[in-house]
Order: sequence, then structure tokens, then C-alpha cells
Amino acid sequence: MAAVLTRDIVKRFGEVAAVNGISLTVPNGEFMVLLGPSGCGKTTFLRIICGLEQQTSGDLMIGGDIVNDIPPRARGVAMMFQSYGLYPHFTVRHNIAFPLKTQGIPGAEINRKVEWAASLLGIGHLLDRRPRQLSGGERQRVALARALVREPTALLLDEPLSNLDAKLRTSARQEIKQFQQRVGVTTIYVTHDQVEAMGMGDRIAVIDRGQVRQVGTPSEIYDEPADRFVATFVGAPPMNIVARDGGYLGFRPENFLPKDMIKEPAFTEFKFRVDRSEYLGSERIVYGVLEGLDPKQIITAKLPPAHVADEWIRPGEWHPFAVRDSALRYFNNDGKRTSRH
Amino acid sequence: MVALAESVPKPHSRFQFIFDRRNVLGSIMVAPAILYVLLLVGVPFLMAVYYSLSAYTIYDPSWSFVGLSNFEDVVEDPVFLQTLYNTFIFTFGSQILGLILGKFGALVLLRPFPGRKFVRALVILPWAVPIALAAVAWQWMFDSLYSVINWTLIALGIVTRSNAPNWLGTPHLAMLSVIVVNAWRFFPFAVVIFLAGITAIPQDVLDAATVDGAGFWRRNYQIIMPMILPIVAVGLVFGIVFTFTDLSIVFLMTMGGPVGATSVLGFAGFQTGIVSGDVSHGAAISLFMLPVLLIVVVAMLRFIRRREI
Repeated sequence: MAAVLTRDIVKRFGEVAAVNGISLTVPNGEFMVLLGPSGCGKTTFLRIICGLEQQTSGDLMIGGDIVNDIPPRARGVAMMFQSYGLYPHFTVRHNIAFPLKTQGIPGAEINRKVEWAASLLGIGHLLDRRPRQLSGGERQRVALARALVREPTALLLDEPLSNLDAKLRTSARQEIKQFQQRVGVTTIYVTHDQVEAMGMGDRIAVIDRGQVRQVGTPSEIYDEPADRFVATFVGAPPMNIVARDGGYLGFRPENFLPKDMIKEPAFTEFKFRVDRSEYLGSERIVYGVLEGLDPKQIITAKLPPAHVADEWIRPGEWHPFAVRDSALRYFNNDGKRTSRH
Repeated sequence: MVALAESVPKPHSRFQFIFDRRNVLGSIMVAPAILYVLLLVGVPFLMAVYYSLSAYTIYDPSWSFVGLSNFEDVVEDPVFLQTLYNTFIFTFGSQILGLILGKFGALVLLRPFPGRKFVRALVILPWAVPIALAAVAWQWMFDSLYSVINWTLIALGIVTRSNAPNWLGTPHLAMLSVIVVNAWRFFPFAVVIFLAGITAIPQDVLDAATVDGAGFWRRNYQIIMPMILPIVAVGLVFGIVFTFTDLSIVFLMTMGGPVGATSVLGFAGFQTGIVSGDVSHGAAISLFMLPVLLIVVVAMLRFIRRREI
């Protein structure tokens, strides 16, 4: 296990910079999530760390050594791929044993480690099957076992849950996280799913267009977004952003409430016209516009349905809404966070 | 309501949608192929079986039944045994050579390099050139006097003019020559098969192998080869069947010579049955291919089915 450190990594494909200067430090044992929209360069960055791509410039350090020119097999990192990349012609046992065999580890040792990894992930009974005889969740565990069996310096995961159905994804999220805590391996996890990122990451690095926009704990990312991109990318529905006083004002839909629900003394009031609402069981999402603003800009509010009766929300009606001042976020014209206008 | 009733379509005649029925349309579509096989393969095959059991020659078309005596004659003939042996050497020699060349050709063509598309198109050429034309070209290359191969070997100082090999005039070299020409002809097919197989392997699997520490050989022989084995095996079945029954290269280049060293079953059957007019013995020789190919094909198909992944 080792810390992973990158310094100004750039990767160009012709004219396009897929990764445009990423400097990131992942301390030993941390679960770091790289979160970004598709095509933002996060997977390319991961492939550079494991050595499948060579960076155009910048340094990569694993465990304190610069590994820029070291081939993947000598970096000691393990990677789990989006579609798992299991070897279809091998049994599960053989799949898990493969990274050990390439290292020339003696057979008895290989058997011992395969049994260890299989029991850790609860797939001991599947060892003699082939990948096509396994379910999606089982395949994912086999891939994880294969990645962990040689006790890698770092574990890289490239959207490992995207091939699972929604229900399985929730339990797999738990499993991977618990598992990582138990083994304590430095983990870099790539996803475009903010729920995965918020739920699993010790820290999250939000990436857009090949650059890190913010690194922080899930609550820092959510509550103190560094810029408008992070503010609107994280959170569902995203943060409302309205132009005001030569800058931008941001507030999360769950903080945008009917005025009489605000308990704090300091708040900012808005007149809100409801256009449409969605009842989602645990919450109600209300869409509308603010008085004095572009009527095409849709503002969302997330209300607890227990507090707001159905007949209260009628399309076309104006209501007094407010946001407590502590929940307001300010951004300048470049989209960067500022303290106030 | 009246308008609604009028808009209901009138019942159609029973046969109006006959082509929409899968079983009817399917039978019609497949019928030409079945007719073709029955008339142009099935009937001649049954005739060959009958000829091989009769004393039929073009001089004495008697059709008299003689049992298995034609086969007995053929098996007791040492020339035939030599021919059978030659056929195996020719088939498996050229297939193995073609597969090895095809594998490396595919590996080269998978890497990006300037002009790759042009080279890929060029590789198909041996397939596209009419075999008669190609055979003439190869004949000149293997010619005892004007061989460009010998000229190169002499220029490189490997052989001298006096002991330069007579490619088509020496038994072993003649066999080697026809094997090389057939492998050359099979090569594009092998390249296509390998290219198709390798490009169908998911990139994740190859990447996983790289990260798991597999080097070039391990990746090729423990991951790529086993994964493309089923498709290569299908290609090989085709190659074996076509080569085992082929007579064109031998006919055009060596006429089975020197002294029968390159005579193969197809050629011998043609010589005996058509050229010499001994139809019954020619049929018997040709029918020897059947059990051999049947065993090879069934074994390969079983192997493929077991390897399906």
C-alpha cells in the first residue's frame, strides 16, 4: 500500500488535452473518488496512473517513487474495469490466480492467496465456474478479488458499479466501501454518479474538462462548492444559481422553502411562482420562476411533503419563499466562489 | 359509429399475407440453396458412390456391380498410399504455415502505421488473383533456370549457381514449393480470421491482462489465442476442407511430379477417373477424402462447441 501523488499531469490526444494539468495527492489508505461528467478525462487520468496510457507531461509518484517510465506490471497497482475484464476462458480460480502467476509466485502460495481472496469476498463456492456462468454482482466480486489478491500498492476502480442494476448497486457500494476499510488499500474510484461519490469517498476530486475543480470531503464539496461547476454538478436537483448584483447567488433546492418554514432570523426573501410539481414520496420537487428574473430560468425547490399540502401548490400562484442567509453561496462573474458581493 | 364501422378493413383473402408467414417465406428463401446442394452436390456424390462400386470406364460403360474391389485395388497400390500421404503433408503443411503467417500478419496490421489501410487491401491480393495466373507467376519464381528466388540466394552468397536448388524438380523441394504457394493463397484468409478474432476481444480484457502483469507472450498465448481459438478453428476447418480437396495448385505447377512426389488425392482422382478414363477407380480414390474429412470436421466442430465461451 502506498500514497499516490501526481504533479501537473497532462495528456494530449493530438490537439485535445484530455487531462489538462491534474495535481492530486492521495494519502496512504484513502478512498479518493474522481467525480466528473463523461468525457471529463477522469478515466484517462486513471489509465495514466496504472500505466495503460503514458502522460504527455507531468510526474506520477507511487509510494514515493517516480514511476513515469515504469510499465504497468511493475507499478504494483491493480485496476478493476467498468465491464470487469474477466478472462472468459478461465475459471474464477484461474482468473484470480492470473496476476499471481505472472509474478512467478509458487503454486502452493497462489492457492493459499486465491482461497484467501475468495473467502474475503464470499465467492469460495464459485471458484470452478467460468465468468459467463456468474451474475453481474458475482462477476464484480471476482474482479475485485482478482484486483486485491496480489495486495496492490493502490486499487483503481473505473466505474465498477455501472453495469449493475440499481438495487444491486446500493449493496455493492456498501460492500466495496466496507471492504476497502478492512483492507486499508489506497483506492482511487472513478465515477460520474454523485451518489456513489458522496456515499463512498473519504474525499472527492471533482473533475471537469481535464482539470480538478475542487478536492474535498463530501460535505465540503456539497456545502462549500468552490465554483459554479461544482455547485451545479453535485446535488440533485442542482443548486439554483441566479444573477444578482453583478455576480451570482446560489442556493440548494432543499434550502429554498416557504417563508413561514424558515426559523432563523436572517433570511432573504423571494417571490416564487409555482409552475409544476413532482411528488416523489419522501420529497416534493417544485419548479417555478422568481419574480424579477428571466422567466425562462427554472428554479427548483425541494419540500418535505408532510409540511406542504397538495392544494397549496397550484400552478400559476405566487408564494413568498425564502432562503436563510447562512445557506446562500456567492459566485463572481468567472464562476469562482466569493464570500459576498 | 357509422364512420368507425366503415373504417374497419375488409377481410383479406387467405393468401394475401402468405409471405408474412415466417415458415412459408423461409422455405421459399432457402429452397434455391437446398436445390443447388441436392442437384449439384448430392446427385454427383451418389453417382460417385455408384461408380466406385462398379466397373464403369469410359470405354466400357457397363455399370456392372463389383462390390469393394475398386477400393481394394486402390489401397494395394503403393502410388495411392504415397498420394494419400502427400495429401496430408500438403494440407497440414500449408495450413500450419498459413496460420503462422496469418497470426503475425494480423499482429502487424493491428498496429497503426502510415499506409496501413493500403497494406490491408494489399494483403487480400493473393486471394483475389486467379489461381491460374498466380501459379504461372510462382512457376517462374521456382523455375530451374530463371528462378528469382535462386537469383536472390546466389546474390546473397547462400548458394552457388552450380548447386542452386531445382525447386520443382526435386521431390521434397517440389512439395515444399506447392505448400508455400498454397499457404500464400490461404494467408489472406488467415489474416482476416485473426484480425476479426483479435478485434472482437473486449479492450477491458486486454487492459486487465496488461495491468495484471502479462507480457507480450503471456498476453498472446494465454489470453488472446485461447479467446480466438473457436473462430480460428472454424477458419481452419474451411482451410483443411478446401486444401484437402484441392487440385488446382498441383495441377498447374507440378502435374503431381516429380515422380508423383506432389500428387494429391484430388489430382490423382482426376488423372485416373477423367484423364485416363478409369471412372470407377477415380471415384474410389476421390471417395477416400470423405471419411478423412468427416473425422476432421466432426472432431473440430466438437472441439469448437466445447470451447465456446
